[in-house]
Amino acid sequence: MKKILTSLALIGLVAVAAGAAGTRAIAAEEAHNVANPTHFPIDEPKEMDWSFTGPFGTYDKAQLQRGLKVYKEVCSACHSMNLVAFRTLSDLGYSDAQIKTLSAEYTIHDGPNDAGDMFDRPGKPSDHFPPPFANEEAAAASNGGAAPPDMSLLAKARGVERGFPQFVFDIFTQYDAGGPDYIHSLLTGYDQTPPAGMVIPEGTHYNPYFMSGVSLKMPKPLSDGQVTYDDGAPQTVDQYSRDVSAFLAWAAEPHMEDRKKTGFRVLVFLLLFGALVYLTKRKVWEGVAH
Amino acid sequence: MSEGHSTYTPKTGLGRWFDARMPLPRLVYDSFVAYPVPRNLNYAWTFGGILSIMLVAQILTGIVLAMHYTADTNLAFGSVEKIMRDVNSGWLLRYMHSNGASFFFVAVYIHIFRGLYYGSYKAPRELLWILGCIIYLLMMATGFMGYVLPWGQMSFWGATVITGFFSAIPLVGDWIQQLLLGGFAVDNPTLNRFFALHYLLPFMIAGVVVLHIWALHVVGQSNPTGIEVKSKTDTVAFTPYATIKDAFGMIVFLFFFAYFVFYLPNYLGHPDNYIVANPLKTPAHIVPEWYFLPFYAILRAITFNVGPINSKLGGVLCMFGAIVMLFLVPWLDTSKVRSAVYRPWYKLFFWLFVADAILLGWLGSQPAEGSYVFMAQMATLFYFAFFLIALPVLGLIETPRRLPNSITEAVLEKNKGGSGHPAGATAAPETKG
Repeated sequence: MKKILTSLALIGLVAVAAGAAGTRAIAAEEAHNVANPTHFPIDEPKEMDWSFTGPFGTYDKAQLQRGLKVYKEVCSACHSMNLVAFRTLSDLGYSDAQIKTLSAEYTIHDGPNDAGDMFDRPGKPSDHFPPPFANEEAAAASNGGAAPPDMSLLAKARGVERGFPQFVFDIFTQYDAGGPDYIHSLLTGYDQTPPAGMVIPEGTHYNPYFMSGVSLKMPKPLSDGQVTYDDGAPQTVDQYSRDVSAFLAWAAEPHMEDRKKTGFRVLVFLLLFGALVYLTKRKVWEGVAH
Repeated sequence: MSEGHSTYTPKTGLGRWFDARMPLPRLVYDSFVAYPVPRNLNYAWTFGGILSIMLVAQILTGIVLAMHYTADTNLAFGSVEKIMRDVNSGWLLRYMHSNGASFFFVAVYIHIFRGLYYGSYKAPRELLWILGCIIYLLMMATGFMGYVLPWGQMSFWGATVITGFFSAIPLVGDWIQQLLLGGFAVDNPTLNRFFALHYLLPFMIAGVVVLHIWALHVVGQSNPTGIEVKSKTDTVAFTPYATIKDAFGMIVFLFFFAYFVFYLPNYLGHPDNYIVANPLKTPAHIVPEWYFLPFYAILRAITFNVGPINSKLGGVLCMFGAIVMLFLVPWLDTSKVRSAVYRPWYKLFFWLFVADAILLGWLGSQPAEGSYVFMAQMATLFYFAFFLIALPVLGLIETPRRLPNSITEAVLEKNKGGSGHPAGATAAPETKG
């Protein structure tokens, strides 16, 4: 009987130990297949410094404004942002008058009117960003068969798996920039030469940071000097990518500042309340052996 | 404990009038004030209270969310985003609800493991344990259907995979699957019935919780020594002793909960669920929520056919079997001693089982390929061996440590050492708090 037990215990130990060893073995299996990778992205996203991470993170308004400019002048040609209303741009530091002007630059397809006709009108602050294509089919047809994803939630809808043990550390460092890090890395990851022997499908572009393959349909969208900044920030692909990633982080999570501020108050309250309750508990149990 | 003798004496005329007609205050007094609890309960026993407040929090946030949610495949995703962006404090409600589900499961897993460690399922608490297992089953159904409601990619594909299990059942499988889906694939009828059931099941949970607490108050709480209460000195009154200790446990738990709600609200979710469901585009890896991962790993570990049972049916049987094991625990464990504190071998196997469950959870999150499959098979083997071999065999061959005569004796023995802590780390679990 003891033998059965010992062997059972051994199975348990082996199962647990195999966990650690197995990951390493799998990583090793993949390492020597550079031209034919099976796991994506090929390169892990670069971790950047963002103003909005950490317990006291806030959005950098100047950066969000630059990011909006990049979105308007570059991304919005193909990518919609259906969930974001112009009125919410007040978060970026714009005044009501500025938002009115900004939304009026857009043409909104509306209707039907009293005569039953559809019509075009200038945008109002309550409107959302109008999409670049009439429907998903049109978007796909104009972009080589794949519709460019909507950008409203992109910063939360992308994120490369962190793996063990990184995902444990992430709890303590409050790492919540997986999306922005990924987008920034992808935008700055073009212009690299694929390893010898790698097959890049026709009409796609090699990018080692792409999550779902060796290459993607979107060509390199940004180049140095493409968007004019009027606040003196460098006009480089790297800066554009940071700014638009930060802007997308805001678009995906507009109430983040409010959330973290409330969170700090809640945690401080719970800490103080907890301390008081603990002292009360000690008092109540005083003299009762337990 | 079923003393059958109530010490409640109403002090006011109105109180006496009420007591003579419907003794609700008496019930509350007897259950939550005078109710005797063992004096040696540690903080592992605060999770019952924690689970109650999590259930209430989930129901309250859920009802408000339902006021803003639209169960329609074309509108569901947008209505959730409307809650996140435009509803006052909507982001807080939704993050509390989605993370609340996760923390509900954190608490229930600790609660279940506590029961396993201290042998809380043994006579006369078998029914109490089974009612708990039913609550856990209902929680899983509720959690699964709730995850479908935002109608993201993982909602849709998770629902497709999980309802697909039922088609593995011979003869009636397809019929059950179509009944669940309201059609041949996950679509609007599925979303609507899942929403209706997601709203219904928590109230069923609340109902079974009432039975669970009723059964508890009949047989009384077990305790870290596993020895039954023998005299009045073994117990203290629920209020203030257990109330204040539970309150402290709840606040500590809420601290961790709040940390995730406010700082890591999407940590436990999957990024793909922020992409609207697309029946034509399968995600690279379909993963259920973390609290299903051990069972998902067991499902996928069965890659071989056994006689007439193909690997698909085998996987489904093993997955459901893994849950059935919990129901059988009171009869699988043959030991006369309840608590693992006095069972050196069982203690070892218990902690191996915990490690095995965590390993299975991690394997469930990995793709089912290469050496992961073998690891999952070994871990599944150990999972079942723990229940079917270790539990019955250990009780027959293990020599337990000396048991104290009573709870009071155990407590006094422990406190004799001056510092209140006996030598040796093995006795640590029952000294906490």
